[in-house]
This record gives sequence, structure tokens and C-alpha cells, in this order.
Amino acid sequence: MKQLFVFIRKEFYHVFRDRRTLLILFGLPLVQILLFGYALTSEVKNIDLVVTNVSNDVLGQRLTNQLRSSAFFNVQEQPLSPTQIESAFKKGQIKAALIIPAGFSADFTKARHATLQLLTDGSEPNISKTVLQYVNAIVQDFQRAQQPVTSISPVITPEVRLLYNEEGNGSINYVPGVLALILMIVCTALTSVAVVREKETGTMEILLVSPFKPVMVLVAKAIPFLILSLANFAFILLLAVYLLQVPIAGSLLLLFIITLLFIATSLSFGLLISNATNSQQVALLISMMGLMLPTIIFTGFIFPLENMPLPFRWISNLVPAKWYYAAVRSVMLKGLGLADVWKEMSVLCGMTIVLLSITVKRFKIRLA
Amino acid sequence: MDPVINHQLPSPATADAAIECRELSKKFGDFMAVDRISFHVQPGEIFGFLGANGAGKTTAMRMLCGLSYPSSGHATVAGFDVYREQEKIKQHIGYMSQKFSLYDDLTPLENIRFFGGVYGVAERVIKERSRELVQSLGLEKEANKLVGALPLGWKQKLAFAVALFHRPRIVFLDEPTGGVDPVTRRQFWDMIYEAAEKGVTIFVTTHYMDEAEYCDRVTIMVDGKIEALDTPVHLKHRFHCDNMDEVFYRLARTAQRSDA
Repeated sequence: MKQLFVFIRKEFYHVFRDRRTLLILFGLPLVQILLFGYALTSEVKNIDLVVTNVSNDVLGQRLTNQLRSSAFFNVQEQPLSPTQIESAFKKGQIKAALIIPAGFSADFTKARHATLQLLTDGSEPNISKTVLQYVNAIVQDFQRAQQPVTSISPVITPEVRLLYNEEGNGSINYVPGVLALILMIVCTALTSVAVVREKETGTMEILLVSPFKPVMVLVAKAIPFLILSLANFAFILLLAVYLLQVPIAGSLLLLFIITLLFIATSLSFGLLISNATNSQQVALLISMMGLMLPTIIFTGFIFPLENMPLPFRWISNLVPAKWYYAAVRSVMLKGLGLADVWKEMSVLCGMTIVLLSITVKRFKIRLA
Repeated sequence: MDPVINHQLPSPATADAAIECRELSKKFGDFMAVDRISFHVQPGEIFGFLGANGAGKTTAMRMLCGLSYPSSGHATVAGFDVYREQEKIKQHIGYMSQKFSLYDDLTPLENIRFFGGVYGVAERVIKERSRELVQSLGLEKEANKLVGALPLGWKQKLAFAVALFHRPRIVFLDEPTGGVDPVTRRQFWDMIYEAAEKGVTIFVTTHYMDEAEYCDRVTIMVDGKIEALDTPVHLKHRFHCDNMDEVFYRLARTAQRSDA
């Protein structure tokens, strides 16, 4: 036990004397939280919208004002000809244009049928779709406001609620994703590099010749990163709650246990990688390409899994982060309990056992 | 140019052998890396282990250090069996490899404390011995600097001192002086003699033939077999050579396999 303690103390020296490791440990979570929380938001705000009001009548003007008053658009009123509009789109000067045709008021009040033309830049589908939705919603509102009370009101009015995220906070989704990413980096990449470095420098030989049990080398390498990961977990949660205003709906203890499980899985992955490689670069490359990319792609926090072809969804089941992400979302955002996340937890448990047994077995083979 | 030459070869009958091998072999598939080697090393002896790259030196040494199991044959190290008592062997040997084997981002004292701790040396003893060690190496000023900042020569001496720190009965040195300047190599060999005087058995591999002359006895391995085993003086006499370099060349050029 004393030997283990001596070893762990040495590992902490390594960590705290390496600026790069420290940066990854504490700089990365901060950057990612800020990035996903603020910069990479999927909400669309302040879109430039050109309104060409050909009608120049009362209702046309009212509609323009209503668009202007919404936070989504920067409305610029410009009397442009169709060719001017087209060339402005081609040059990329505008992303969306609304054309209010001549006689808009008359059509609306007398013929009871008016049209509008909305043009968007389809080469940016996300923005286009958002603009379409927003303009539609505003036009609906406008229409209702213009109609006299006596006229037939629409029979169906959908009442929309964003459950578990009533304010539509865009960063809420990212917190579990960032947690998964950071823990993966710390546990898998840093751990594998820490073990492989001993091989590269030749100190691993010295350790293997010493009475220190080889398996204990793995344990001694894993424990410091376990502790650091937990510190990171607390750090990210604090950032999430106080900086991004993401509430923790469920049990903190359950969240902690799930995280501990995921850390165990990631650590086993890291140790397995370190067994299979002999250079720090290769270890880092495998951790990054083999685990970071799948974590980003197949977890579902950036690209919805539901939209992927079936084979990809099968693959996604092999990615530990997917299960962790799902469980954290359930507990943290939806406030669900053990009964709803036991499946994810058992998958992580199973993965850990399989990975660890392969690692220990391989470690023995290498020594024989 | 001989260093401390007053070192006496211990008589073969003094005690049980520090290392004893009988027909020790290691096979990788069809490849006989080590082919039925037999020798014994006396306590306090400086035993040189020579051979071209790929001759099987490292494989033989790994078996003796408890890093791998032999395919056949018998061997004991410090009286313990290499098949059944690897853990006990590890307690009683020190090891230093050609690669520099301390942690660059730790200070000399932290390195000493770490390796001392790993070998289970008591905290109090570690303190005492590390103070002595730092003094004898003249490292007082550098004791709290990072090892990475030390010149290679000092690093090697420190690594040797660390290998001896837990007072092993046998120390294995795998090309310990690679890349070190001649002056430091001399100082290094002085340290080896000093340790041998205290009764530590030295098992050393080297590519430098002048170092082979410093050994009490030398074995030369060719293609996994021991081709010669004797004192440097006898070897030179037997092969009618002026120095060990010629002896080595004579034997090694018959080798069928080069770098493995």
C-alpha cells in the first residue's frame, strides 16, 4: 500500500509539472463550455432580412414593422428589383428577402387572399429553415391581429412547450456532451500517454524489474487520473450551473455514480491503448481518432442519432460516451431516477469489465 | 589506463553462486534466442556479458531479471529459482538499462525517494541514505533541480546509485555507459569497483572492449551460445590477441545472425 502511495505521488508530480497536461485538464473544459455555451449556439438571431415593400400600403408597412420588432431579424427596407435581389443573393450580401407585392392591403381585405414571397439562401439550409419558420410564425400572428373579431378564428391552435427546457436554453444539450468529451480526453488520452511515456523513456523496464507488481503499475497510473477526472466533473458542473444556467434536475449522487462508471470505462480504454502501443504519439492518435471522433459523432449531442442510417446507429452503440450522454441527460436535465438509467449503467459496466479483462490479460502475455 | 586494479577476484569456493545457469534456453517459435547457456557468477564478481547485437544478451538478461520465463534449462539468481521465485529475485537485484532510466521531471531526491519507496525501503532509511548519496556524488547543489537539467554523465551515475539504493545482492547493467564521455566512463567504473568491493555482484553488458578488460571474467555470446568464458587475460592468451577487441572480433565475425 505504501508503495502504491509513493507511486501515485510521483504521478501527481508528472501531471503538475507538465504545462500541456495542466492545460488539457483545466483549460479545455473551460474553453469547451464557453465554446458550446456561447459561440456554437444553434439558435439563430439577428438574421439580415431585406424587405422589398412594393405595395407601400398600410398593411404592408404594419407587417414590416412587426418583423422589425422581433429579435430574430435585422430588417432593412430596400426597394430592390428582382434582378437586383438575385445579384445580391449571388454576391452573398443577403441571406433572406421578403417581397410584399403591390396591392397587398386590397388583396387581404377585399379578396381575402394575399400572397408574400420569401426568398432564402438555400445553400445554408439551417438558416433558411429557421428564417422560414420565424417568418411564418410572425405572419400567422400578424394575420390573426388584422382579422376582425367576428371573423372565423382558426379552429386549431397548437400550444407548444419545450419540456425540460422551457426557456429554450441552447447550451443545455452541450453540457452532458462536454462532460463526456472531457472525461474521455482526461481518462483515455492522458492515461494512455502517461503509461506509454514510461515505455518510451525506459523507466517501465525498471519498474517491471522492481518488486512492484506490474498490474499495480496500471492501478497507480489510473488512480491519479480518476481523482483528476472527478475534479474536472465538479468543475464542469459548476460552470454549467453558474455560467450557463443549466439546472441539475435529478439526483447529484446518481449523476456522480454514473460519471464514476464512465470514468472507469474510459480509464480501461486508456490502459488498453497504452498496452497496445509503444509511442506517445500513436497512443494520442488512437485516443483522439479512435475515441474522440466517435464520441463527437455518435453521441448525439451534435448530430442527432435518429437521423443516421441504421448501420451507423448500430456502431453508435459501441461508443461508451453515447450511453453516458444518454444517462446524464436523463438524470441532469429530465430529473429521472435509477429506474430509467439502469440500462445505460449496465452497458457501461459491461464495457468496463470486458476492456479491463482484455487489458490485464494482455499485460500478462507481454511479460511472459 | 587501468582504473582501480587492486580489485581481487573472489575465489570460486567462497559462497553459493550469485547467479547460476545450466543449459538455459529461450525459444521464440523456431528461433533459439538463447541456446543452452551455462555459467555461474560468484558474489562480488564483475561479470562481463559481451556479444554483437542480436546475439541473445538481452534475452538472457531478461530471464535472469525475472522479466521473462526460460523455455528450458535451470537458473538461480541470488539463490532463487527463475521459474518459481521471480518476485524474490526482484527484491534482491538492481537494474540499470542503456536507456537513461530516471524521471527527467523529478529532482534527484524525488527519484531516489520514488525508487526507494517502490522497493519498500523504510522512509527513515531513505532519508538517511539519500543524504549520504547526494554527498558522495557531489550533487548537493543539484539535489533540488530537475534531473532533466543535469549533464548525462551525472544522470548515469545517479541512475547507478539508484539501482544500488535498496542494497541489492546483484546489479544488472545493460550497456550502462552508452553515449557517455571517456572521463565519465572511468568514474562510472570506479563506482562499479566500489560496489563490487562491498560484495555486490555486477553483471554488465557492454560494447566497449576496454570496459571488457575491467571485468573479472567475460563471456562472449555468438548466435545465442556462449563461445568463450574466462578472465580477460586468459582469453587474450588463448586467442593470441593483444586486446579484448581482437578477441571479440575473432569470435563475433563467425556469427550467422546480425541485428535481430
